[in-house]
Amino acid sequence: MAAQAVIDARDLSLTFTTADGPVYALEGINLTVNDGDFVSFIGPSGCGKTTLLRVIADLEQATAGTISVNGMSASQARMARAYGYVFQAPALYPWRTVEKNVGLPLEIMGTADAASRVKRNLELVNLAGFEKKFPWQLSGGMQQRVSIARALAVEPKLLLMDEPFGALDEIVRDKLNQQLLELWAATKKTVVFVTHSIPEAVFLSSRIVVMSPRPGRIIDVIETNLPADRTLDIRETPEFLKIAHRVREGLKAGHSYED
Amino acid sequence: MSDGRTERNSILPVTVVCVIIFVAWYIAAIFMNTVVAEPKIEALGGGFANTINVSWSLDRPVIPAPHQVVVEVWNTVFTIAPWKVRSLVYHVWVTLSSTLLGFVLGTLLGIGLAVAIVHFKLLSKSLMPWIIASQTIPILAIAPMIIVVLGSVGLTGLVPKSIISMYLCFFPVAIGMVKGLTSPDPMQLDLMRTYNASVSQVLWKLRFPAAMPFLFASLKVAVAIALTGAIVGELPTGAQSGIGSRMLAGSYYGQTIQIWSALVAASAVAAALVYGVGGIERIVNRQMGARA
Repeated sequence: MAAQAVIDARDLSLTFTTADGPVYALEGINLTVNDGDFVSFIGPSGCGKTTLLRVIADLEQATAGTISVNGMSASQARMARAYGYVFQAPALYPWRTVEKNVGLPLEIMGTADAASRVKRNLELVNLAGFEKKFPWQLSGGMQQRVSIARALAVEPKLLLMDEPFGALDEIVRDKLNQQLLELWAATKKTVVFVTHSIPEAVFLSSRIVVMSPRPGRIIDVIETNLPADRTLDIRETPEFLKIAHRVREGLKAGHSYED
Repeated sequence: MSDGRTERNSILPVTVVCVIIFVAWYIAAIFMNTVVAEPKIEALGGGFANTINVSWSLDRPVIPAPHQVVVEVWNTVFTIAPWKVRSLVYHVWVTLSSTLLGFVLGTLLGIGLAVAIVHFKLLSKSLMPWIIASQTIPILAIAPMIIVVLGSVGLTGLVPKSIISMYLCFFPVAIGMVKGLTSPDPMQLDLMRTYNASVSQVLWKLRFPAAMPFLFASLKVAVAIALTGAIVGELPTGAQSGIGSRMLAGSYYGQTIQIWSALVAASAVAAALVYGVGGIERIVNRQMGARA
């Protein structure tokens, strides 16, 4: 079982030193993410969910505790390109076409079969035929799909997603949630997903990590056990609503609904 | 598409401004030239018609009338072989060649400095004050020194003038490129970090492309002042050729028409250079997928 852990965090803390005194972004985080999990971090702004994801990605460094990613330290994992990262915004390079954007990590890594990987991953996000377009010619939802294809092109076992659909409207978001679920089922990747939407977290995840702010900590971890072949309709079922209720209770216990 | 429309819409205002300038120029020529032309006008019996005729056709006017300048430009451009010393084309070429060399050198220096400043925090503190100080020295004061110092080590002609152009035009390029190379947003930079990209990969694949709009804005300024630098470089040494030498020679012998035609040539060259940089910018923009 221990060998299966893709992410293992022990007593992880991160304190930012600011002019107004220390900010306790994360405190005493213990978390194990296993191979093939779809784990969501949910919580209000400032609960440290994005910070935790950035620590996993070695974009921030913890001030105490240990973290391992793929059995390595977070920085070794980053240097080994062990994960693909999807940001809150597509962060596409506007001077690159869709295929050049997806191929960017492959150029940097010096991958030999770049062309076929770009093609395959664009097909995976249903964007075949858009190779020569520039980002401004695509809708927001399509741009974010390009950025997912770009993260997948690295062909990592681990996908880190930081509120990737937060800026999109609900209809597009529903569609992309459905597609992401299919993608997860097809690729068997381990996904860590940050969100502030309860339905999104419950619908997508195999496990939900509920977090609360000041200091950023984990309040509850919920196993969902929803059927793998679920569709958006599942959101009206009692099982779904029960899990959503427990998430909300967790957020309430963490004082997330108070001023 | 939108270009064609703006061009059509701008014909009227451009024409109006040109007409106003020419009318003002002709009127100014009357008032300023009558002072020196007084005896001649009186000799012809005075009157408005004589005043105009004389003041617009003096050999050595205080201000030549526009048509005098046009005739002079025409004669020195089209009626003399371009390799002859009396040809304006010859002098334009001499100045243009040192302008372009200085522009290329200054651009490379400016980009080099910007790359260094962006990558080494210490340099931005230690180098920036010197870069700014270099531009507070009047070029007219430092140009003769550059010419003399380089002359003493055997460098004359094209190179010293180019150095003066370079000295002027590296500055906007350096400032613009520092801004441009640091323009990528944190997310675009974080993305490179997740790929474990090297410093040079970040530079070539992110910082340089992101800096292009800033580079071209700077280059338009730089190319125009490179020309100024080349002309100023021709003044202190009494150079025998170049737009600057035409102006100098004209002022020695009171040939105001020659001075003005050299000025017209200088501004035409400057306009062509800026326009040329703009053309290259449009091509680069198209390559980089800018909105049509």
